Amino acid sequence: MSVPYVKLPAWVEYGLIPLVNLVVAFAVAGLVVLLVGESPLEAAYHMINGAFGRGEYIGFTLYYATTFIFTGLAVAVAFHAGLFNIGGEGQAYVAGIGVALACLWLDRIMPWYVVFPVAILGAALFGAAWAFIPGWLQAKRGSHIVITTIMFNFIAASLMNYMLNRVMKPLGSMSLETRTFDAGGQLPKLDWLMSIFGLSVGTSPFNVTFLLALAAAFGVWVLIWRTRLGYEMRTMGHSPAAARYAGIKEARIIVITMMISGALAGMMALNPIMGETYRMQLDFVQGAGFVGIAVALMGRSHPAGIIPAAVLFGVLYQGGAEISFEMPSISRDMIVIIQGLVILFAGALEHMFRPAITRAVLAFSGRGRTQAAVKGA
Amino acid sequence: MDLLQLFLELGQSTIRLSTPLILAALAGLFTERAGVFDIGLEGKMLGGAFAAGCVAFVAQSAMAGLLAAVVVSVLLSLVHGYASITQRGNQIVSGVAINFIVAGSTVILGEAWFRQGGRTPALAEGARFQAIDLPFAEELRGVPLLGPIYADLISGHQALTYFAFLMVPITWWILYRTRFGLRLRAVGENPGAVDTAGISVIWMRYRGVICCGILCGVAGAYLSLAANAGWTKGMTAGKGYIALAALIFAKWRPVNVMLACLLFGFLDAFAIRYQGTPLPLIGKVPVQLMQALPYILTVVLLAGFIGKAIPPKAGGVPYVKER
Repeated sequence: MSVPYVKLPAWVEYGLIPLVNLVVAFAVAGLVVLLVGESPLEAAYHMINGAFGRGEYIGFTLYYATTFIFTGLAVAVAFHAGLFNIGGEGQAYVAGIGVALACLWLDRIMPWYVVFPVAILGAALFGAAWAFIPGWLQAKRGSHIVITTIMFNFIAASLMNYMLNRVMKPLGSMSLETRTFDAGGQLPKLDWLMSIFGLSVGTSPFNVTFLLALAAAFGVWVLIWRTRLGYEMRTMGHSPAAARYAGIKEARIIVITMMISGALAGMMALNPIMGETYRMQLDFVQGAGFVGIAVALMGRSHPAGIIPAAVLFGVLYQGGAEISFEMPSISRDMIVIIQGLVILFAGALEHMFRPAITRAVLAFSGRGRTQAAVKGA
Repeated sequence: MDLLQLFLELGQSTIRLSTPLILAALAGLFTERAGVFDIGLEGKMLGGAFAAGCVAFVAQSAMAGLLAAVVVSVLLSLVHGYASITQRGNQIVSGVAINFIVAGSTVILGEAWFRQGGRTPALAEGARFQAIDLPFAEELRGVPLLGPIYADLISGHQALTYFAFLMVPITWWILYRTRFGLRLRAVGENPGAVDTAGISVIWMRYRGVICCGILCGVAGAYLSLAANAGWTKGMTAGKGYIALAALIFAKWRPVNVMLACLLFGFLDAFAIRYQGTPLPLIGKVPVQLMQALPYILTVVLLAGFIGKAIPPKAGGVPYVKER
């Protein structure tokens, strides 16, 4: 990561620059809509309406956002230690086993508030275990974390295919899923929360996992900025050499960071399995692990940025469903394009507009004019 | 004789399945040797396959399709190059982004233009690559052992397959016997030294990235114009990542790339052929294990248990000219 030439005010760094990147990403996505022969404005209208038009729609938006908060936090935690965890998809997928085991074991004898903590633990453990191996390999054997986590995504897909085909499918069933959980394996919806705002949840699966996601976001903030471990992680992310010089054990931090990251990605599995379908199905992650990359980049790896970024992607998912319903020539794959563009402009090209914005901001504030002239920024 | 038949059958599908892998892995070899990591091989291949399917259908010509695939793939490479060389962005992030953009836009555009539920119209004979019979294939068939091997295993593939295998020695020659190759390798190991010698690091890297685009385009065209009759949604199905795995497996060397791709192609062919049949000694192997094997092998290799895979030293690091 290259260092900015001039220190910019926080609202520019965390507000204006991501916003400009986002607007450009959407403008390019609008071009694709034009290429298909449809009106981008109409698509935008359907997206906003589909995401916020009714209480039920808002419920869906926040349901998706819940998932993305977890995967976004997972990527962000690893980012802080300079690790690029691209394996959220596989970690969340394998974590489904932990959730499913807890539910299959307890759902008939315990109420949801007993099953839920056990399932959280199961999800976190399985997710962390799946992230432990790439973390350990990077720390001890020097294998590149990006490549190993990609490979582990594919291995997870094969493993889960096997598990659902041979092990976890009820006898005599044809479809690749576990049995449907009883009441103990079903999380309550957040209708009371929505009714405060005079809205109804309707059929949307907006459930208590959302509150867990908010708690996790707060927990990550505490971890990264208020604990010794978080300090060590950030030091290592900034300069591995400095961290080593300061006596920070690199291998230990890598493994712990990856396990926390995997646990966060794993908790995503609670939302669809216990909150929506009440069973574990094939492909329940549906790319959420990759959305986490875009969310973390958009949110600048800060929980306060990740929550709105996750909601934005919730809007994209729910609004995108509405667009594909109203405008048949635009399928839900539009979301994938927008996601890719956000990753490109907010991630890989994050510094493209920085010089121009820096110049504009400094010229506007006047105060930094001489400074800008000196630095030639 | 039965054993020979089996060998020929497996060998043929191994060659068929490893052709796109070889092309894509050699593509990755060029860019990664130049110091630009690329996990966007998948996206470029898919984009190339899509362009090839569209243009070959409209123009009714396989060559036009191939050309379109190369153009689209090179353009995508240039986006990656702009982000990771000129803007010094994160190469991994850029590659991920390209995979997403292509996966989404091929489906949307394909559906809008052809309305066939995620595919281009089936291509007629003239718009596809045809199998080529090498000279004397039929005449030599009678020769014991070597005859059938020549006629059924070596002859009878499409032009792009021969191109892929030919590219292996050519790539070796370019990398190790030309000035361009020397500089390309140097720019991936020590860009500072190349810069000191007065050669533009940026331009060298762009050339590596363009070579990658060309070969990825050919790999894509192979998928939609030779292995299949047209483009279908998500048809690369992880082949770009397998190619990446093969590249690591081969420790960034051309001949090893071919061997690794043949191995992964063979595993695939074997899994398809023996789905569900118990094997002697091992018993019944779950097909999922066979599918995961290339990835597992790569992880084991990366862990250094079967030799160490050392990537080009300056790979993944944007070059900043010192001031």
